[in-house]
Amino acid sequence: MKKLRAALRRFAGMFSRGRREEDFASELEGHLQMHIEDNMRAGMTAEEARRDALVKLGGMERTRQAYRERGTAPFFETLWQDLRFALRQLLKNPGFTITAVLMLSLGIAASVAIFAFVDAALLKPLPYEDPRSLVDVTESVAVLPHANLSYPDYLDWKKMNHSFRSLDVYTGTGYLLDTPSGVEPTQGLRVTDGFFHTLGVLPLLGRDFYSGEDLLSAPRTVILSYSTWQKRFGGRKEVVGQSISLSGMPYTIVGVLPDSFEFAPRNTVEFWTTMHAGGGANTCDLRRSCHGLVGVARLKDGVSIAAALADTKAIAQQLERQYPDSNRGQTAAVESLTDAFVGDIRPILLLLLAGAGLLLLIACVNVASLLLVRSESRRREIAVRGALGASPLRLARQFVTEGVLLVLGSSLLGLVCAVFTSQALLRLIPKDMLVHMPYLRGIGMNFHVVCFAAAIAVMAAVIFSLTPIVQLSFGEMREGLTEGSRGSAGVLWRKVGANLTVLELAIATVLLVGAGLLGKSFYHLLHVELNFQPDHLATLSVALPEKVYAKDEQVVAARRQLMDRIAALPGVTSAAATSQLPVTMNGNTEWVRFVGRPYNGEHNEVNERDITANYFTTLKTRLIRGRFFNADEDATKPRVVIINEAFAKLYFPGQDPLGARMGDTTLSTKSIKEIVGVVDDLRESSLDEKTLPAVYYPADQSPDVYFNLVVRTSQDENALLPTLVSTIHQFDRGIGTSEESTMMLNIDESQTAYLHRSSAWLVGGFAALALLLGMIGLYGVIAYSVGQRTREIGVRMALGAQREMVQRMIMREGGRLAALGIVVGLVCSLGVTLTLRSVLFGVQSWDVGTLAGVALLLVAAALLASYVPARRAASINPVEALRAE
Amino acid sequence: MGEKADVWQGTLALMVLKTLESMGELHGYGIARRIEQTSGDVLSLNYGTLYPALLKLEQEGAIVSEWGVSENNRRAKFYKLTRVGRKQIERETDNWEQTTAILARFLRGTEDPA
Repeated sequence: MKKLRAALRRFAGMFSRGRREEDFASELEGHLQMHIEDNMRAGMTAEEARRDALVKLGGMERTRQAYRERGTAPFFETLWQDLRFALRQLLKNPGFTITAVLMLSLGIAASVAIFAFVDAALLKPLPYEDPRSLVDVTESVAVLPHANLSYPDYLDWKKMNHSFRSLDVYTGTGYLLDTPSGVEPTQGLRVTDGFFHTLGVLPLLGRDFYSGEDLLSAPRTVILSYSTWQKRFGGRKEVVGQSISLSGMPYTIVGVLPDSFEFAPRNTVEFWTTMHAGGGANTCDLRRSCHGLVGVARLKDGVSIAAALADTKAIAQQLERQYPDSNRGQTAAVESLTDAFVGDIRPILLLLLAGAGLLLLIACVNVASLLLVRSESRRREIAVRGALGASPLRLARQFVTEGVLLVLGSSLLGLVCAVFTSQALLRLIPKDMLVHMPYLRGIGMNFHVVCFAAAIAVMAAVIFSLTPIVQLSFGEMREGLTEGSRGSAGVLWRKVGANLTVLELAIATVLLVGAGLLGKSFYHLLHVELNFQPDHLATLSVALPEKVYAKDEQVVAARRQLMDRIAALPGVTSAAATSQLPVTMNGNTEWVRFVGRPYNGEHNEVNERDITANYFTTLKTRLIRGRFFNADEDATKPRVVIINEAFAKLYFPGQDPLGARMGDTTLSTKSIKEIVGVVDDLRESSLDEKTLPAVYYPADQSPDVYFNLVVRTSQDENALLPTLVSTIHQFDRGIGTSEESTMMLNIDESQTAYLHRSSAWLVGGFAALALLLGMIGLYGVIAYSVGQRTREIGVRMALGAQREMVQRMIMREGGRLAALGIVVGLVCSLGVTLTLRSVLFGVQSWDVGTLAGVALLLVAAALLASYVPARRAASINPVEALRAE
Repeated sequence: MGEKADVWQGTLALMVLKTLESMGELHGYGIARRIEQTSGDVLSLNYGTLYPALLKLEQEGAIVSEWGVSENNRRAKFYKLTRVGRKQIERETDNWEQTTAILARFLRGTEDPA
């Protein structure tokens, strides 16, 4: 306590040094005078009295020194001196300081901003209890590695497994909610009773679902999401126990989820209801062959994901033997919940982090070489200070202080930029996508990010302190005093600096190759064959209230009238409906079987879509054979089907599929349909996936209250959307509409396109900066070398060397470095791009065009960077050059 | 001039504090003189060493200082004991007495082995 207090006062004493010393001087003066007076009173002469007083006081200077040392903290005081000196040094060379700080903060900002994303998406665990033991559990089939579970399979998996402490399932659903402003379609999730318990989430208000509450026999209950509670129920606590109507059914509110709760794959869900398997018109739940559920499980202690997967696969195999009809080829998939939630962006984020890291490395290399040049020119100053008695340690400390100061300034600037950058990047993510990335919500300067930044800063500080210290090895110091002794050091620096430049150019090559490949891959993605014309198409989701349109005929009639009204709108050239919009996903599949062909129980899995008659003409998809559906083809007409070309190629190679008949796996009479047409491979899957064989059924032969509108207009499709909505509501106020969009937007803002575009742009940006920094580095090395060789060049010219020859000599030096850098870079990128394979689309990682283009670009950049100093070398006046030294 | 003893390591602070306790406020020169007088002029005190010691005591909070006017009208810095200082005297006096007592027992023991 006492010691601490003394230390603090000593530390504080550093800042009031001048005043305290003045004080002490007058205190000593008073002391002397009193002593002298006393001595004189005792009879001494004035001179004797003074001498005696001084002797008794001891050496005045030593007293002052002892007092001074006691008054302050000497370590901190030297540090303070060093800091002030360092600051003066940095301010004296604003060019150097600004360049170094800008380069470094650029590197820091880029890597910290990207790291913030990596941290949010990959490092921060899910907001659930012990997220490491949570896994995503699904079935898996040949065409879909993560296929949905069927309810009977789920029940068996739950009963038979030995790996899960608990296993629950969920599935999305839509509810029409009556609101004062009309009917609104809302999103719901049907879950089994233990869902929240498995996640380890407790409701904020009310209770979790009881065990057994998900059975059909139990009363219907609902838990609200926090935002729904706030938005629709005004955050009133009394809502618990109240009854609400969802799609015409009464539900009792039993709880409200906390604000912090999020569920990435279905984050727009407002109402969490229990499964009630088989309730209402829902027959899918009861069929083992109908797959609509996703499982989430908590592993037992000590059970690995691999063990759980093996366990689940074994159960799936057993079920396959038990139920060959429905479970043939159905195996299992178990992966960590984190992977399931953030899966596709992981490789891209890591790629970006690597890119930012390389940029940071280039920035560090550049700053280090700047420091080298500078320490070179300070050789004399260091030598003088050494000769005046500064210890090597003290001199080294000066460099450390300068390095730390530089890094500190850059880090602060870099951090501020990083905060803005990450916020800006966040704003670039489309809102619809951000909803499914709730983990990005709290992105910013948290503990991890600050630690990461601190680690970078420490690393940079070490590099920058060591660079000049190593450069000015202290043995050489005395040499610095003698004239013209910098020859050897100059050569040393040229070697180190030149190697650094090669490294820089190599990194720039790697980044440029990466950016080139990603750019090319994005181009391919956007130019993937859609087999329809995506422009001028408005899209909209429609939900008819099930209570009002309970019978199939009612749905068909309502849809026909609705489509007629829409088709009559001004500007609309054609309107159609489909169960699933194009360019969304492979999924909504069905198993098919052909009449008159041997069948071994194998599942022929194909995409299944229900469309209205003019769907293909609206999309402008080509008919290859046969015919399109007729407008009046409903349940009263023979059942027909149109297949895509992939289907024809796979199941009818070299045959004519028209007239062939197909049905479900049991060939039940009502499932038999005749193939009447073959269309082009309309892109149903997302852009980077293969389009599966697909079947199209007339929507009126299998009516559904949910469908998507696709409307082609001759005018601006965006302007049509409000008219569409109002037309539908004029028809029936009870119809829900949502997801108003356009086809172009759907494609442009699809997750695949977004991820490819953003990674191409970001890596491209890093590459451009790396190129710029690499050029600056090369320029610096060549310019410095010219400066060092002024005299030599002067001699050469005096001896008759031509200016062009000098210029060529300098250019050759730059060219050699650049060539080396490019070659090393190309070799490295060969390895690096192999890791890119998973994010590339339609491009080989060893793409000759890209590599050649990058090499050419770099050669041009290198020539430009060495041209300027070469010109300067060529314009050296030999007479002045020889006199200069 | 006879041989004078140097001030023992670590005792100067206690002497200063004790002086201030008995004399009240005092300036540096006064403290130095007083210590010498109290020792019966046996101790040789380098007056200069007193000042870092005073500064240390002040930093530790045992004393406080204030500018004032000396008895012969000179501007001087006066030092005064604080509560922390009084406690320190008690503690260090105890320590010192214990040490001397132990040492005394040893000295007696070697003189008189019985």
